Amino acid sequence: MDFVVATDLEEALDALGRGALPLAGGTDLMVGVNAGQRPDNVVALRRVRELRQRNGQRIGAGVTWRVIEDEGPRALAQAARTVGSPQIRNAGTLGGNVGTASPAGDGLPFLAAVDAEIELTSREGVRTLRWDEFFTGVKETARRTDELITAVVLPAALPGRQEFAKIGVRNAMVIATVACVVTRADDGTTTVALGSVAPTPIRIPEAEELAKTLSDPGSAALDEFQHLVAAGVRPITDHRSTEEYRRHGAGVLARRLLTRCLREGAA
Amino acid sequence: MNPVGVVTQVNGREIARSVPARMTLVEFLRDELGLTGTKVSCELQVCGVCTVLVDRKPVSSCAFLAVDIDGREVTTIEGVASDGKLHPIQQAFIDHFALQCGFCTPGFVMMAVALLEEVPQPTPEQVVSYLEGNICRCTGYRSILEAVLDAADRLERASP
Ligand SMILES: Cc1cc2nc3c(=O)[nH]c(=O)nc-3n(C[C@H](O)[C@H](O)[C@H](O)COP(=O)(O)OP(=O)(O)OC[C@H]3O[C@@H](n4cnc5c(N)ncnc54)[C@H](O)[C@@H]3O)c2cc1C
Repeated sequence: MDFVVATDLEEALDALGRGALPLAGGTDLMVGVNAGQRPDNVVALRRVRELRQRNGQRIGAGVTWRVIEDEGPRALAQAARTVGSPQIRNAGTLGGNVGTASPAGDGLPFLAAVDAEIELTSREGVRTLRWDEFFTGVKETARRTDELITAVVLPAALPGRQEFAKIGVRNAMVIATVACVVTRADDGTTTVALGSVAPTPIRIPEAEELAKTLSDPGSAALDEFQHLVAAGVRPITDHRSTEEYRRHGAGVLARRLLTRCLREGAA
Repeated sequence: MNPVGVVTQVNGREIARSVPARMTLVEFLRDELGLTGTKVSCELQVCGVCTVLVDRKPVSSCAFLAVDIDGREVTTIEGVASDGKLHPIQQAFIDHFALQCGFCTPGFVMMAVALLEEVPQPTPEQVVSYLEGNICRCTGYRSILEAVLDAADRLERASP
């Protein structure tokens, strides 16, 4: 059993090369550890300053939700405010959310909506994968075990309007049964991304195409938009919700967020 | 198992220790330093009883590694009162009967300290939403809310 407290990126990468499991804020990982799981080889990352840096469109993997709440792009900040409790947001990181790759990760729909890239670093070098190359299944990613998620890289220009919302069984401390981000650029380009309704975050291209032609927040075509979103998701029934409810919720939520984007555009 | 050097301040006191890498902050506080005011319950980060402040921000000490307080300052419930006098937040909890069994109280008080530092005059909605990660099984939420709001007023009156 080995437990390394890395103080810089080099040490972290060395430990990963030896098979260590990364531990960032611990808000996902420590739940299992406290329940008695004892991973044999862990590398703690909180002291690694490089991971906490933000510059321009590059958000270090170790940046906490608390920081993103105040300083992140609009829809990601909106998502951050709904993650767990203040205690969770002070400890939990964006990199940990990406690393866990839960279908319900609240940070993930935003990454899908803006076509973010995930930066992976190992002793061998750095590679970046687009979100849809990175997320491969339920809690499955294309990350090799010797690779550290070092940052999330957003495109240089972000859409002017972006909205996040999620549905859950209560208002506080809730894991999403449906989460959604809609973005809209000045030229009408619209993206629609959802979480908790498929193994990975997903985009709904048919709905995006239709939305591009809309500008009136009262348009009757919003019915069709809502329908396309509901038809495009691939939810399951589990202990949090049913397939039908998630499908319905996806359409309603996407429509509501698109309407907000269009209203803002009109104002 | 590989101990790691930690230099930290706990309730204003300088502490240098060698800590097992795997030890959690709450184990360190309770077992190493004897600060048993911080409680442990769910170990899932959902109940809030183990809340302490690290660099004045609330975290769940049951899931925070003790080694990660190196170079930072920790405040526990024992560090809230000063000069033998209760903090206005503690006094407000008493005056509003905002505790029954008291097990959740250290966590709630730490949250109130953090909130009022950040937002000195919160709305009731802000208090409720800030306390979303803390559970009271004696169902004293109403009086807790009143205590925090009253404490905000007391602190404002007390500040020059
Ligand atoms: C009470 C509670 C409420 C929660 N509520 C929400 C919620 O509302 N929404 C939500 O999305 N999540 C929620 N979560 C889950 C969790 O808080 C988030 O996923 C958080 O972002 C995880 O970040 P972390 O730094 O704590 O990750 P950790 O627990 O440290 O790590 C998570 C996983 O990612 C890996 N990892 C971490 N950092 C890296 C890295 N740099 N490179 C490679 N792999 C890495 C770890 O090995 C581990 O597998 C909640 C958790 C709890 C306990």
